[in-house]
Amino acid sequence: MSAIFEVENLSLHYLSRWGQKIHAVTDVSFSMKKGEILGIAGESGCGKSTLVNGLMGLFIPPLYPTSGDVRVNGESLMNRTPQDIRSNILSRKVSMIPQGAFNALNPTRKVKDIAADVIVAHLQKGGVTRKESYDLLRERFDLFGMDTERILNSFPIQLTAGERQRSVIGISTLLNPQMVIADEPTSALDVSTQKVVIKMIFDLLEKNIFSTMIFITHELPLLRHVADNIGIMYAGEFVEYGTAEQIVFDPRHPYTKALMGAMLSAEPGQREKKPVAIEGAPPSLAKIISGCRFAERCPSARPDCKLRSQAIRMVAGRQVRCEYAD
Amino acid sequence: MKLLRNLLKSPMFVIGAVLFFGTILFAIFAPFFIDLKTAMDRVGGQYLEPSGSFWLGTDDLGRDYVKLLLQGLRSSLYVGFLAGVLATTVGTLVGIYGGFKGGIIDDILNMFTNLFIVIPSFVVLILVSASLEQGRSLTIIALLIGATTWPWTARSVRAQASSLKSRDHISLARINGANTLQIIYKHILPYLASYVFMVFIMQVASGILSESAISMIGLGPMDNVSLGVILNQAKNAGALGDGIWWGIFPASIIITVIVFALFLINNSMEGVFNPRLRK
Amino acid sequence: MPTNPIFSAKNVSMHFGHGKKLVKAVDDVTFDIADGEIISIVGGSGCGKSVLAKVMLGLYKQTSGEFKYHGNDITNQRDHWNDVQSVFQDPFSCFNQFFTIRAQLKDAFGILKTKLTKEEIDQRVDRALLAVNVTPADIEGKYPFELSGGQMQRMLLARIFALRPKVLLADEPTSMVDACVRANILDYLMKLKQELGMTIVFVTHDIGLAYYVSDRIFIMHEGKIVESGVPDEVALNPKSPVTIQLIDDIPEIHKEWIKR
Repeated sequence: MSAIFEVENLSLHYLSRWGQKIHAVTDVSFSMKKGEILGIAGESGCGKSTLVNGLMGLFIPPLYPTSGDVRVNGESLMNRTPQDIRSNILSRKVSMIPQGAFNALNPTRKVKDIAADVIVAHLQKGGVTRKESYDLLRERFDLFGMDTERILNSFPIQLTAGERQRSVIGISTLLNPQMVIADEPTSALDVSTQKVVIKMIFDLLEKNIFSTMIFITHELPLLRHVADNIGIMYAGEFVEYGTAEQIVFDPRHPYTKALMGAMLSAEPGQREKKPVAIEGAPPSLAKIISGCRFAERCPSARPDCKLRSQAIRMVAGRQVRCEYAD
Repeated sequence: MKLLRNLLKSPMFVIGAVLFFGTILFAIFAPFFIDLKTAMDRVGGQYLEPSGSFWLGTDDLGRDYVKLLLQGLRSSLYVGFLAGVLATTVGTLVGIYGGFKGGIIDDILNMFTNLFIVIPSFVVLILVSASLEQGRSLTIIALLIGATTWPWTARSVRAQASSLKSRDHISLARINGANTLQIIYKHILPYLASYVFMVFIMQVASGILSESAISMIGLGPMDNVSLGVILNQAKNAGALGDGIWWGIFPASIIITVIVFALFLINNSMEGVFNPRLRK
Repeated sequence: MPTNPIFSAKNVSMHFGHGKKLVKAVDDVTFDIADGEIISIVGGSGCGKSVLAKVMLGLYKQTSGEFKYHGNDITNQRDHWNDVQSVFQDPFSCFNQFFTIRAQLKDAFGILKTKLTKEEIDQRVDRALLAVNVTPADIEGKYPFELSGGQMQRMLLARIFALRPKVLLADEPTSMVDACVRANILDYLMKLKQELGMTIVFVTHDIGLAYYVSDRIFIMHEGKIVESGVPDEVALNPKSPVTIQLIDDIPEIHKEWIKR
């Protein structure tokens, strides 16, 4: 089967308030088959959220594409206006589940009106009336096993955080998008609510509402249970990209190793372990960095690491951006 | 400074500011060249058309419209600013105090605020002005306007203050040992300053409009001319029906320009202060 | 239960609102904390853990019950804050964006009973910055929005290093940073504890963190402490259904979670 979503050497930059070019994403490549779930992990500020906009082809100043290509079913999303992307790509081809459900929902409108707006806006040509769109909504929300009537007739503020986030997911996937990009969909929730929300996402996958997803989070253990493949981002680059098993149980890039080594869990023996702590912060992306971006903080850095920028190479069956990894 | 530079990038702001500050400078410095002492004196015939000696003609009492309008402009600006300062000060104090203190005090202040908002302020303005047969001065009108418009400021400032209150930097300031006054002064006011300033501008604009409206219907100040009073007198003398355009247009245009300029300034500031509107 | 506790709470409740809108944020909790202990209060959002921390910090006065610090009621907040200090969750909202970081670190000395000279304050700020591995020159003249989240979090820790309190209440100190930085922050906190013999109360939803750092764990749910004890007991052998559920809900690497 051919790839449904392809990203080729994508680099993005934005202009800071002082007109500086910040190279937020550099040379990201991957391709996804239908039915695949790709997890992207990295610390805050590593370029995850910028990447999300780039993946949707949504370039609103100050964000600009530097180079590369993004294709959905072979159709390129680059060099298109935000209006074009919003009306022809979003919701139907690529849909996004944002992090803060509260910001995503207009506080002055009921959930059913927010949702109906999405349907009416995208299916106008098919001539869906508002009333028909409500029926569509009810049908869909019933599918999730939610308290449909109450939730649809509520204002966002009357719902719990979990209900809000599930409503957002319901609305984002109303038009059965081919691809869903979930940007930290559970980061603002506590663990129990997170589990409910993830269950709902799994439910949607099982019911074939959508089948391909990019899941972005800073929580690696969560990705282990959600994703097929994982990309680890550091300072705007993919430093390691492989299957979830490979990344979680057998990391090869020093940064991934550090991330895994810093995990704390309530499991026997964990109290005696010393978590890996790394000093310092990722480099500023305002300059083009010549050497390896992790070299500054890398526990196994060698003198020449800072001199050469690192290229992707295959190590133990996955991509690693480190010439000394083995 | 960065803020000012950002503001200057907005053509709306530049136009608004040039118009408004131009008007203010004119109102302040023109009296050095145009003698206002004779503004109320009869200097020519009734309703003379604009000419070389009277640029904007004369009114029904034979007074020079240039001088009258200048005097009226000064009065209107005075009313606008005084009403604006009063409404902003009272509104900000009530809003911050209620929003920050919370509890019963907040509930009571909030109730008062809402009560004042519900009462149609213009009707109150008319009733009180009408009852003040004697001694209806510019200052009193301004204070009346200020006293009826402060709740708008109070309500919005309160909302902002109470959302700021729960921010961690306030808690941190408290465990740093800052007292309530210091917290309001150092940790709340700076965050509200830009917002309060924007509301102040709107209050000035609405002060000028309210004064014109109340004067237009004949309940304006007795001791002075204002732009509204000029319009009222022109209306009473039948300028509208007789085609005496110079009795109506100049004063109306001045009011419109000032208020429009203030709206432009306010609008452009919103764009700069509110990052969500920033493109 | 420890003898001579530093904190002792007896049937403490903290209610907000009244009538129909009554919220029992903290509902009849009783506990003692010994001097030098590390305690973690763990629970989901809205369980009342942050409110309880604010009662301990003296920012809220409990609605009912007895809350003692070293056997006394908290009557004077300023005296209390001389001893008991806090690190809050969101480092970005902790600083006032209109003043420099350094000025705000210096502001904190206002709470200390021992008044220091300007030179002493500057020295202590410098030393505190170095203790969290920040060169003082690096933040000279900088405003909060010019630093990253991890750096800001360290500024909050520097504040604690500078004030040297007897008790630290850390409300989700690591929820905004990634795993490596979290381990880093924990290192600093442990260093602080060793230097000052501090008592630390962590407020967190992260039972992994609680298990790793604490002497005892309190599990909170709907305002009540539903289970407390040493980490090996609470985290590995939980008795309360709330704790069992909580641990079950956490996605761990080596554990089965929900299946796709």
